[in-house]
Amino acid sequence: MSGTGADDTILAVDHLSIASMAGTTVLDAVSLQVRRGEVLALIGASGSGKTTLALAALGHLRPGLVTTGGSVRLDGTDMLKAPQAVLNRMRGQTASYIAQSAAAAFNPRIRLGDQVIESALLHRSQTPDQARARARELFSYISLPTPDRIGTRFPYQVSGGQLQRFMIAMGMQEEPLLLVCDEPTSALDVTTQVEVMRLLKQVIADNQTAALFVSHDLAVVAQIATRIAVMRAGRIVEIGETRQIIESPREDYTRELIAACQHLSLGALAQKPPRAAQGAAKALTVAGLTAGYGKVAGGVPQIPTLHGVDLQVGKGEIVAVIGESGSGKTTLARVIAGLHAPALGTVTLNGEMLAGLDAQRTAAQRRRVQLAVQMADTALNPKHRLRRILGRVLFFFHGLKGAAAEARMRELLAMVSLPAHYLDRYPTEISGGEKQRVNLARALAAEPEILICDEITSALDTIVAGQIVALVKRLRDELGLTIIFISHDLATVASIADRVTVLRHGRVVEAGESAAVLSAPTDPYTRLLVASVPELRQGWLEDAAAMRAALATQLEASRPDAA
Amino acid sequence: MAHFIAWRLLATLLLLFIVSLLVFWACEILPGDVAQVALGQYATPENVKALRIEMGLNQPPLQRYLQWLVGAVQGDWGRSLVTKSPVSGLLSERVANTALLAGITTLIAVPLAIALGVVMAMWNGRALDRGASIVILALSATPEFLLATLLVLLFAVNLGWLPAVAYLSTGSGLGQTARALLLPTASLVVVVTAQIARMTRAILGNILTQAYIEMAILKGVPGRRVVARHALRNAVGPIANVVALNTAYLVSGIVVVETIFAYPGLARLMIDSVQSRDLPVVQACAMIFCATYVLLILLADVMARVFDPRSLPQRPMDAI
Repeated sequence: MSGTGADDTILAVDHLSIASMAGTTVLDAVSLQVRRGEVLALIGASGSGKTTLALAALGHLRPGLVTTGGSVRLDGTDMLKAPQAVLNRMRGQTASYIAQSAAAAFNPRIRLGDQVIESALLHRSQTPDQARARARELFSYISLPTPDRIGTRFPYQVSGGQLQRFMIAMGMQEEPLLLVCDEPTSALDVTTQVEVMRLLKQVIADNQTAALFVSHDLAVVAQIATRIAVMRAGRIVEIGETRQIIESPREDYTRELIAACQHLSLGALAQKPPRAAQGAAKALTVAGLTAGYGKVAGGVPQIPTLHGVDLQVGKGEIVAVIGESGSGKTTLARVIAGLHAPALGTVTLNGEMLAGLDAQRTAAQRRRVQLAVQMADTALNPKHRLRRILGRVLFFFHGLKGAAAEARMRELLAMVSLPAHYLDRYPTEISGGEKQRVNLARALAAEPEILICDEITSALDTIVAGQIVALVKRLRDELGLTIIFISHDLATVASIADRVTVLRHGRVVEAGESAAVLSAPTDPYTRLLVASVPELRQGWLEDAAAMRAALATQLEASRPDAA
Repeated sequence: MAHFIAWRLLATLLLLFIVSLLVFWACEILPGDVAQVALGQYATPENVKALRIEMGLNQPPLQRYLQWLVGAVQGDWGRSLVTKSPVSGLLSERVANTALLAGITTLIAVPLAIALGVVMAMWNGRALDRGASIVILALSATPEFLLATLLVLLFAVNLGWLPAVAYLSTGSGLGQTARALLLPTASLVVVVTAQIARMTRAILGNILTQAYIEMAILKGVPGRRVVARHALRNAVGPIANVVALNTAYLVSGIVVVETIFAYPGLARLMIDSVQSRDLPVVQACAMIFCATYVLLILLADVMARVFDPRSLPQRPMDAI
């Protein structure tokens, strides 16, 4: 950026330190500046303090946090000392906030339009008529359908991507100097993410708005930021121009982040040695599976989520099922695990037909198919120690008790690279990545033949997710497990799967060797998915948006519900 | 909405029918015999038998149930076995008394409790909230008879400002009625306010941790407006249910308070009738209590739906 005069500085954070009331340091003497029209990205793992820093820019500390030193000046005002009335006037008007999950950040009981214009009316910066006109203008600018009327909808009446657009409109309503974006795209599907990112970039450029952009995803940040600040444990490890950070990082931690990003990129496919061709032995065969919700009439449920899905998994293979939210991947996992009764079709395990529901399967059949779910947080009982969590499975399936069970539990923890003394811990006392390891250990305790991993990495940071993926791969190699790996994240899939099945609206659109499918996809939807995986390369966003536009008509024609 | 209410009313009728069966059956298996109780310990078996026939107790239960049900539907709850007067006459006075006490208590306690709960939730964790929480917890743990007795001791016995009993005589003036009602109302208000305030604080406190509340704060919405406009409308459903349960309790569960103040309310009528085996009165009271609960809960659910946009009639997309 040229002409960086002192007057240009919109946000100046000076040696800011924030600690929890219990005394833990959250931010440690952090300093940074954001100039007019500049996008500064804060990148780091969860717990690095990036959200705390972003909120401090708006003069907001979450309950339980206190400032222990330093200052935050927004457009000349000291945000940490300003009276509440001044803060209220500046929020929305001088700086606005774009929250991570639009689904949670919109009040479910107030019309979207009213929420968008609320600040402007409170600040009296616009008359009600002006505010509504401005909102309609924004709705049309960010390509929401029927911009004149969509504001009367409630949050539950629009899609996730549309909600995130409303969030952007709300942030831009009063044309603030600074947008504080907290992971604005990480709750979205990849293809939606491209669209929302392109829009954010355009909004920022068109209005000469400055932005503080919080993300854990370096590839996303690379597309939009002028400068990047890498955060770790409450400190800024490295700060610099985007190109410099990506091409010539100075710090080891930055290099680690970039490596994790590249490890999980489609580029990894090229280096992947093809696995020795498997014999004809199929461990699991799913044939003509139709399932859904509501009354079943003539083999079709009222609200179908799967339409005649076929899936074959060979012994010792990792087969990935990919698709966006609503594509039916989780329903497929639940049907295979016996948690959801299919309307039509069969699930065969080693030639043995499995009953539709868990309760009708034998204990041995249940033992052989295990499911590891996405949210390890909610899947592990917080009131049980790991000993009880693992011990229960061992006793239930194998009748193990006492010393034998203890020995096996230690073995299981070693398998997922956790120390044996963790047996006495509660799930609340270990990190997110460790919880996911315990979740896997619990599934392994049953000694399954088929392990279904349903989005097990999507709640984790890039580096931790990489470690979990490596663990899953190692488990397959060591134990000869057959793994069904469900994910919306193509990069992860590319690094692990032997074969890939792509689901869209409950139908298989493409299936085959993962290298072939992901490097040369034939179906337009698969091509869109592949093109939507963020890459570190600058200019990728524009390419992806162009690709999306080109494929749009083709995809619209192939929509099953349009037919 | 109309569809929802109609369905719920239908379900209510079915429920009341089942309850009537249960109540009747419970009265059947109640030990003791009204004829025996009426004639006293030394009655001869012949006298008891004659009285049973006179009262119609020798008929088969099913027949008696049907007679009772048909009568009840028409508003005729039968005759009291003890006073021989129609149950409906006996009830009407008591219903009015109970409605008066419950109504006044609700009108005072509900706004007071919700205001307290809101203030405590807004000041969560600070001295005011902690102090109020302790007082309210203590009050909701205090048995109402203790509270009522202490009030009587202080205001009626020691200070002599108010009457110790709250006997409502017909034709008494407004001032006199108000004085009579003051102590029972005060003890009930304290108990009910404590309950509702605690629940309101818990419900609202939970909502105030939601992401959309933080978003409203970060939009520059002042604190009071965040609670009034963003939080409370999401709390209406659960709070309405807590209020409904407490109001129903005021109708049916305050026998101790009624006894201490000798207040002629419904709950006491029911207990007295159980003691004298006056089953028609017991049955009528039980049905009224049940109907009160069901209707108040229905009212609460209707409130909850009114404030939930998802229950609005599905408008065609984008129509205003």
